[in-house]
Amino acid sequence: MAISGWAPHHHAPTGETASADEAADIFARLSERPAELLRFATAGSVDDGKSTLIGRLLYDSKQVLSDQLEHVEQTSKRMGSDFLDLSLLTDGLRAEREQGITIDVAYRYFATAERRFIIADTPGHEQYTRNMVTGASTADLAIVLIDARKGMLPQSRRHAFISSLLRIPHLVVCVNKMDLVDFDEDVFRGIVEEFEGYAAKLDVPDVTFIPISALLGDNVVERSGSMGWYQGAPLLYHLEHVHIASDRNLIDVRFPVQWVIRPRSGSGDYRAYAGQVAGGVLRPGDEVVVLPSGRRTKIAGIDTFDGPVEEAFPPMSVALRLQDDIDVSRGSTIARAHNQPTVSSSFECLLCWMSEQPLSTQRRYLVKHTTRTASVSGVEMRYRIDLKQLHRDETATTLELNDLGRVLMELSSPLVFDSYRRNKVTGSLIVIDQDTNETVAAGTILDTETETRNASPAEARPAQSPNVRWQRSELTRSARWESLGHAGATIWFTGLPGAGKSTIASAVEERLVTAGRAAFLLDGDNLRHGLNGDLDFDERARSENVRRTAHVACLFAEAGTIALVSLVSPYLTDRKAAEMLHAVHDLDFIEVFVDAPLEVCEERDPKGLYARARAGELLDLTGVGAPYEAPTKPDLVLRAGRSTIEADVERVLDVLAARGLWPSH
Amino acid sequence: MHVLREAAAEFERPVLLFSGGKDSIVLLRLAEKAFRPGPFPFPVMHVDTGHNFPEVVEFRDRRVAEIGERLIVASVEDSIDDGRVVDETGPRASRNGLQTVTLLDAIAAHRFDAAFGGARRDEERARAKERILSFRDEFGQWEPKGQRPELWSLYNGRIRRGEHVRVFPISNWTELDVWQYIAEEGLEVPSIYFAHEREVFARDGMLYATSPHLQLGPDEQPFVASVRYRTVGDMTCTGAVESTAATLRDVVLEIAATEVTERGQTRADDRVSEAAMEDRKRKGYF
Repeated sequence: MAISGWAPHHHAPTGETASADEAADIFARLSERPAELLRFATAGSVDDGKSTLIGRLLYDSKQVLSDQLEHVEQTSKRMGSDFLDLSLLTDGLRAEREQGITIDVAYRYFATAERRFIIADTPGHEQYTRNMVTGASTADLAIVLIDARKGMLPQSRRHAFISSLLRIPHLVVCVNKMDLVDFDEDVFRGIVEEFEGYAAKLDVPDVTFIPISALLGDNVVERSGSMGWYQGAPLLYHLEHVHIASDRNLIDVRFPVQWVIRPRSGSGDYRAYAGQVAGGVLRPGDEVVVLPSGRRTKIAGIDTFDGPVEEAFPPMSVALRLQDDIDVSRGSTIARAHNQPTVSSSFECLLCWMSEQPLSTQRRYLVKHTTRTASVSGVEMRYRIDLKQLHRDETATTLELNDLGRVLMELSSPLVFDSYRRNKVTGSLIVIDQDTNETVAAGTILDTETETRNASPAEARPAQSPNVRWQRSELTRSARWESLGHAGATIWFTGLPGAGKSTIASAVEERLVTAGRAAFLLDGDNLRHGLNGDLDFDERARSENVRRTAHVACLFAEAGTIALVSLVSPYLTDRKAAEMLHAVHDLDFIEVFVDAPLEVCEERDPKGLYARARAGELLDLTGVGAPYEAPTKPDLVLRAGRSTIEADVERVLDVLAARGLWPSH
Repeated sequence: MHVLREAAAEFERPVLLFSGGKDSIVLLRLAEKAFRPGPFPFPVMHVDTGHNFPEVVEFRDRRVAEIGERLIVASVEDSIDDGRVVDETGPRASRNGLQTVTLLDAIAAHRFDAAFGGARRDEERARAKERILSFRDEFGQWEPKGQRPELWSLYNGRIRRGEHVRVFPISNWTELDVWQYIAEEGLEVPSIYFAHEREVFARDGMLYATSPHLQLGPDEQPFVASVRYRTVGDMTCTGAVESTAATLRDVVLEIAATEVTERGQTRADDRVSEAAMEDRKRKGYF
């Protein structure tokens, strides 16, 4: 055998290492390889040890093959390291090895018995916002690395911010190099607190903190022996088990046409429209509309190479046959007739600028969106987001490399789109410079009504009508509350329809009123009979419903009443806005999550809503036809049905007591 | 399928590179899935070094004929005859490096603006950073720092005349994914992927088939062994592994248990230097 580092490891023929039974067993397991795929992005500042962490994940989960390992051993020695430098597994290109940093997005693959993984390894250096955006655009989860010795850096904030902008559902903060701070719990706690304070302002649904040492392997694959105080799971376990709330939108049918399939000449009049389903479930017989033309027809059949199928959903690639011979070509989008995306040649979007050449009105740009490309006729700068301070710079007139900003985009022809928040495929775009052909920016389309206030999360700006001034009252709040003998506040009950929100809220109301406190139940259904009677159930109307209710609750609380809001309020950002509104008015806001599994709610179904939704009579019922975003940090979680109503009421009163709003026992 | 259709729609003259190897077999099936019952909107091309395994060349011709598409063979032999390249000499002579010139010439001659290839990011460190749509300048060169960012599944296919892109639809697949797909789809692969008796000799810890294209060194003794190939390339730089895996099932099992990467185990071309692949890619190799 060769003595060089390249010594090959010929594995023995299978018969020598495994019996026939064992082989059959391995094969059975292989054919059941986990289908579930988690794509995650890693980001960290230079020297946070990101490459080492990835190397450690691969090495400890036994994904490093012997020739790769020998290569690392050799190079480690040559570079003067006396330990195995696992970062060499991932720092691939020559330039980065020379500079000792990662300069581009690199992809890694590994699998465990639970899941398959694709890692988008992105550099965290300040200049590389664009790489982070690139890697994060397809990720289900993002890992942000923080050096325990340095704590949160501006980059850490930037990474969290970008994750929230791109709506990555899960964020894992790895506090690395714990070995260099003597595995001190206080150091970890301090960073967690700081990060949480920051993340509260962002739209990040799920944040997990893990103290690790990538160099030594603590809490990466194996639980650390040096941090007994940490009760959570090691990183790999978390990656294997985190619930991947499906990104797929199964509600809104969206099918951008990529390609028209016609057979070789002379073999019939077959014609089908090929593409990848971007949303919803398509079935033969469905009535559909072709946009932007607006022509209606029905799906005659759904074809694949392996034969026709009865339904198609994301991310299937199929070909649709239509009943009528209407004009459909690449760039058309097929949707359900009663649930259509927006067709417009102007929209608001957030851009991440990726080119050395700044945004300029002198240059000619194209927008590529789904399968359509259109030229840009005007870009109006709204503001630049200052990533250091996280505030809006409304004086900005351009965007430079790695800048993020909001613009109004005008195109020469219309696009067929949704907001990015509703659908990542039909809500994302890239901007191309027509002269250099460079990809100069990535953009997410905003839902103008609801996302205006969320685009820059650090600010909560109450919507104001121009020319209306606030009528100041001479009476102070404290005088009012003193006279009443108690303070006002809002308790906000959120949860799926049928979870038991109203039952609990009215029990709390009764208890408070019996005790001589002013309390009033603002029930979502009841408000829709009057104040919100003009509102529909689409995303925008739901947001407006929450906004109005929040304002009413605020007034009740101001008046010294405990406002009990019982409202599905499915969107995180809307509830966050309600909370912010109360914060601005210095009023207590208590979020109670009434948690019940969908099946239980459907079983209870006090108003027969689920039955109607399943029968197709009710569209957009939260949980069935529309999404519900569970609170990440509610003040209280009640699991309906787990305990008695009385006990639930007591728990709500305990929270009030903790806030000084109710006498403690 | 999404990538194949996007590229086919956005480029004027695409071509699908087919070597008869397992990755390009998968690519061919994906193209069938993307465009049938229509014809492929592109021809199929093979860069033939003249030193390819005869079993593979036979398979290539048969498979392309079966699916009824047009095959272009670009031959390194022709490039040598035209004086575009000079054959290497000596015991380690290989035509692997010469392929690049032939490939680029063929792309220029046919004015192809997009070439589909079966390269995967898991194969090698330099390929880990490769894009799905990889931009090549007018000299066919790859500049790792100058690649366009790829966001979501939106590909920027705009190029100038003379430039072209390489398109890698199975970038995100692993070797095991490829074999599983072959098994699921019941695809035929060339016989050299399965264990067979062959006369080989050992060099640098790898087993090479004896052939007129390889000169034996003084200490190199041919012997017969049961071997199979993990990759299919030029005979002069593609090594075999000792194996008794005679069926698809055995092959999948063997790969699942392997400790060495396919390129590290069987490709001499990647062992030349630490950044061998990166350097070749810069010049226009896949």
